[in-house]
Amino acid sequence: MGNGTGLGRVRGLGSAKQGGSHWVMHRMTAVSNLLLMLWLVFSLLRIPTYDFETVRLWLEQPLVAVPMMLLVISVFWHFRMGLQVLIEDYVHEDGLKFASLAALNLYTFGMGALALFAIVKIALTGTHS
Amino acid sequence: MAENRARPISPHLSIWKWGAHMTTSIFHRATGDGMAVVGAIVLVWWLTAAATGEEAYAYFLSWAHHWIGKVFLVGLTWAFFQHLASGLRHLVLDIGAGYELATNRFWARGTFVFGVVATAATWSYLLFVKG
Repeated sequence: MGNGTGLGRVRGLGSAKQGGSHWVMHRMTAVSNLLLMLWLVFSLLRIPTYDFETVRLWLEQPLVAVPMMLLVISVFWHFRMGLQVLIEDYVHEDGLKFASLAALNLYTFGMGALALFAIVKIALTGTHS
Repeated sequence: MAENRARPISPHLSIWKWGAHMTTSIFHRATGDGMAVVGAIVLVWWLTAAATGEEAYAYFLSWAHHWIGKVFLVGLTWAFFQHLASGLRHLVLDIGAGYELATNRFWARGTFVFGVVATAATWSYLLFVKG
């Protein structure tokens, strides 16, 4: 190993040549999940009811729609990494592992796109259009 | 890729004496991966129903008010608080703290107390205060 900084010595290492970046991003998204999910839980507890009109009026506000989109990105990114580790830990056959990881990507990006599109649609069309 | 099957493997679950940290670890993975599937589906269903219109949203609500839906929602609430507590524990362990046996056991058990208490408090508020 070289005699550079600690970070320089681990960058690009490991069987996937990613160094510690997967591990670090899992923690980074854990912190953003913590903030965004606490915001969501307390917001949901504070809105008066959960009927269509109330939820739409709440979601179409810019300061709700934007954190909601950030939440989808952060949470989906985090759970994609968690499910990837689960697959890598328990699926050992190469072909099945590849198929599982491909399915995971389709699931995460498909569901993420649906969620983001729904938020944008609500925010840009409004209830009284 | 050729696997070296003669490679020594780590002794697995069966040879270890049970400890609270093991249960916390298993629950961290189970709640996380459980939410990744069930939680994500419920979130996407809720958002797309709200974006689609009143009828689609009413159908979502009919399930949310049904007892089966309630079981899922309470389960997701518990999974969230359990994963939150064990996740915070992981962040502390990641900086190299909390490995002393008594401390480790205390916080491993504490995550379950937090998970159950926070879930009970949330649903008590939803059912009895908000009505």
